[in-house]
Amino acid sequence: MEKGAAPGAAGVDAPGAGGAVRGIAYEEPLVFEHGSRGRCGVSLPEVGPVPAGDEIPASLRREAVDGLPELSELETVRHFTRLSAWNHGIDTGFYPLGSCTMKYNPKSSEALARLPGFANLHPLAAPELSQGVLELMHGLERALTEIAGMDATTLTPAAGAQGELCGLMVIRAWHQAHGNPRKKVLIPDTAHGTNPASAALNGYTCVQLASGPDGRLHPETVAEAMDEDVAAIMITNPNTLGIFESHIAEIAAIVHAKGGLVYGDGANMNALLGTARPGDMGFDVIQYNLHKTFATPHGGGGPGSGPVAVKAALAPFLPLPVVVKEGEDYRLVTDPKERPQTIGKLREFWGNVGMFVRAWAIIREYGPEGLTATSQLAVLNANYVRAALQGTYNLPYETDSLHEVVFDDKAQKATGVTTMDVAKRLIDHGFHPPTIYFPLVVHGALMIEPTETESKEELDGFVSAMKAIAEEAVRDPEAVKASPQKPVRARLDETRAARKPVLRWVPGMKVE
Amino acid sequence: MNFPEDLKYTREHEWARLKGTKVVVGITDFAQDQLGDVVYVELPAVGDEVKKGESFGVVESTKAVSELFAPVSGKVVEVNDPLVEAPETLNDDPYEEGWMIAIEPADPKELSELLDVKGYQAFVDEQE
Amino acid sequence: MRYHPHTPDDVRAMLDVVGVKSVPELFRSIPAALQLARPLDVPPALDEIALFAELQRLAARNQVAHPPFVGAGCYPHHVPPVVDQLLLRGEFFTAYTPYQPEISQGTLTALFEWQTFVCLLTGMDVSNGSLYDGASATAEAALMATRVTGRKKIVVSAALHPEYRKVLDTYLRSTHDEVVTVPFGADGRTDLEALAAAVKDAAAVLIGWPNFLGVVDALPEAAALAKAAGALTIAVTAEAVALGLLQAPGALGADVAVGSFQSFGNPMAFGGPAPGFFAIREPYLRQMPGRVCGATVDKHGRRGFVLTLSTREQHIRREKATSNVCTNAGLCALAATIHLTLLGKKGLADLARLNHARLLQLREALGRQGVRPAFGGPVFNEQAFDVGDAEAVVTRLARKGIAAGAPLARWYPDHPQARRALLCVATELHSPELIDLFAKAVKP
Repeated sequence: MEKGAAPGAAGVDAPGAGGAVRGIAYEEPLVFEHGSRGRCGVSLPEVGPVPAGDEIPASLRREAVDGLPELSELETVRHFTRLSAWNHGIDTGFYPLGSCTMKYNPKSSEALARLPGFANLHPLAAPELSQGVLELMHGLERALTEIAGMDATTLTPAAGAQGELCGLMVIRAWHQAHGNPRKKVLIPDTAHGTNPASAALNGYTCVQLASGPDGRLHPETVAEAMDEDVAAIMITNPNTLGIFESHIAEIAAIVHAKGGLVYGDGANMNALLGTARPGDMGFDVIQYNLHKTFATPHGGGGPGSGPVAVKAALAPFLPLPVVVKEGEDYRLVTDPKERPQTIGKLREFWGNVGMFVRAWAIIREYGPEGLTATSQLAVLNANYVRAALQGTYNLPYETDSLHEVVFDDKAQKATGVTTMDVAKRLIDHGFHPPTIYFPLVVHGALMIEPTETESKEELDGFVSAMKAIAEEAVRDPEAVKASPQKPVRARLDETRAARKPVLRWVPGMKVE
Repeated sequence: MNFPEDLKYTREHEWARLKGTKVVVGITDFAQDQLGDVVYVELPAVGDEVKKGESFGVVESTKAVSELFAPVSGKVVEVNDPLVEAPETLNDDPYEEGWMIAIEPADPKELSELLDVKGYQAFVDEQE
Repeated sequence: MRYHPHTPDDVRAMLDVVGVKSVPELFRSIPAALQLARPLDVPPALDEIALFAELQRLAARNQVAHPPFVGAGCYPHHVPPVVDQLLLRGEFFTAYTPYQPEISQGTLTALFEWQTFVCLLTGMDVSNGSLYDGASATAEAALMATRVTGRKKIVVSAALHPEYRKVLDTYLRSTHDEVVTVPFGADGRTDLEALAAAVKDAAAVLIGWPNFLGVVDALPEAAALAKAAGALTIAVTAEAVALGLLQAPGALGADVAVGSFQSFGNPMAFGGPAPGFFAIREPYLRQMPGRVCGATVDKHGRRGFVLTLSTREQHIRREKATSNVCTNAGLCALAATIHLTLLGKKGLADLARLNHARLLQLREALGRQGVRPAFGGPVFNEQAFDVGDAEAVVTRLARKGIAAGAPLARWYPDHPQARRALLCVATELHSPELIDLFAKAVKP
């Protein structure tokens, strides 16, 4: 593909600023619609002579599951290969989803996670059979504790949202141990939806706090709302606008003074690695998102991993297990008698260990300098994009951005082109759109988080696509509104999907 | 935006119409416009009691969900069941075919406490 | 640093455009007093060769030469290499939640297939796009039942996975719901008399299918009792291969089916990650937590798939959401979907029959050593055996590098049969020769 082909040139066959063109993709039916019969894609041993003693009654068993597909191995391979061609991943191109930290997923991590010593280990294998993974978990707990500036970490939560649930449970347990669980949690209007949902799941009422015109939470706002009925404040720092909550120390002091605790949503840790630590700012609890900050893969929407780091006072309440080192040996503490104040268990086993291996691999490869460079370059990349686009798109907040920047579609209002249209047109240029319509405090938000693994050339391509779209919005808004045109599907009817939900295949399946 | 003159309005963007002894309730043109394409509506059953200012149901679009608040207290005597099968009616015709419930009001005074069309128009102008 | 493409020239040029002189200036919004004044105290950086040496050292400290004879919620199965090779395709692997459906049809189509597989195996109408694991899916199901029925009592069989029950307790801690536990009998099945007494005013009855003891529990009877009392029946399956031989829970009266599909396509990996599943009867659709994918058409009338019914979820409902779940287990669900496609109708039936046969062979081999089952009920591929001192057996076999089974005394220390029992699994990975060796080692 030639470089220098005119971006945004007329016609669906012109390459986009990111190089995207149309290509050959395949219509592929669902596996259930394949029509193949009598084929199978696995190789299994013969059952052999079966001893007597099969007592499962006929009424409780079935010979086979009707409706399952019957494809050969090659048919299966082609099916999923063709499906994959319909997807855009980080490996395809730029993926600046704000708040999701879509950085490159290292392939060495995949090879290491697949070592049989990790992959084939049963969670209930005796400690003498699993010292390697326990040593790894111990090392990871300590590293995450240090990076956050805290005193102890649990690796158990499955994702950020479960980490929030865990953090709030720990907070509640701490308050309960002090005689009063309290009733309210303060949450700024910029918060991610999981924050109030997690608070509500713990029986708390959410009090929303308004951020200021600079996009920051102000101490006076907190002071007005803070009383002895407030268990905690939940803050993301930097917040979902990509703005550092610079009043954090004062806010933490206000909350602590009335006996409350400060919860940190660590989704945006990528801006702080090695540069600043939540524990040094006044946070008492923080959850990580390993699938964001530490590049563990989460294609399709997971799995995640949400370790929670806490200050010493909260450590006794952490869920089990925790990993301890006794002499040269490692052990999982699973017995509540050893940790009588634990909130209990959140998982049937120990956490998403496969993700621990990957996170540990990247932490070991980076070392202290690599981690610090990560936040520095993430912030540089976001600021570069901000500077390049601020003449073209409206910046709702003048305040400094860290690792992500939020624009909106105000400057395009006269053309009728919206944030949604800009996003869809970016697809034709070859870029995954940024996060749109979040945070809610900005109408028509476009949240761009490049991450540190993107090169200057990639960012330049993205910027030129955004500029081309702004220009096209003036010249030919209908073309923007007609996008995307290059992928296998154009805009999909979300209303129809919700009005008459079709959520599984059935024979003769129809979309009304 | 269309706001019929003969209706009463609430700050939660419902309308109320006195029809004989009953109060018929729905959502306004502003509400359906804000919601976008309505995909689902949940209504109470005939015989349910409702209280002024309290939730009696839910309306959902693809991107938002909103509770419905009773403009007056009383007993639900009619429910527009076809609306549940065709929620898009709320977008197409919010004031006639899109009526939601009819209430036998407990206190006839409550209806006069609602906004008239001028008051509601002013309230809507403030929102934008 | 290979993941950081910036050269010093790049950095200089970019700083120019931004209009600052140095990178630290970009952090001026962080008060100096809050910035870290020293390097992080983490181990020094490793090149890839040293990294591999170090991680291989750790992996080598774990003993995995023999497939474990323990299941108890995490099952040793053969994952064909095809699964991983398809899973690792960057377009699947490195995508995220399909917020932009036009360029996520691969993910969304496979998600629709996952939802269909779950419904076919469980006999339910609707499935969501996966949850974190079996335990949280069980807790979410119990919470849903309290919302749907307006009741506050959850009835749980003592034979339901004890770790799932602990997680349920944790999730219910701040609600004012009550958990009532019903004992199991000498056959390892839930005591139906006790259940009948406990089920009044219950929101739900939770029962394993199979249960933690490996036993095929009294699901139809429990469902009938629950239904008569106005409670939901929630069937919990940790070993999904069982659904290839057992009747679907939906066909036996369950209203909700939850559990884990780890057995399909996902390695044990010391317990995670794995795809939890959550499937329901249609009336509960709007109370179902988690993401769900639906069919629709694009503006040219071509069928496609989108995430739908999002208004139940946290990003719209916020504190009124059905759950706080955001990220789920997408890749794990995809791995299961690929494996299930490879297995297909015949392969799954064969795999399930094979697992069951191996368990019968294990039972016979142990029987020759004088070791008998602890409970009499029918089982699938897991069974508890009376070995006397189960911890001693585990320790002795660990010295041979074998994970022998789960001593039930850890969870049922006072139960006269359970506390002498070792819970063992046999799958397609356990050859008859290995089974023989194991049996002789259990009772030398």
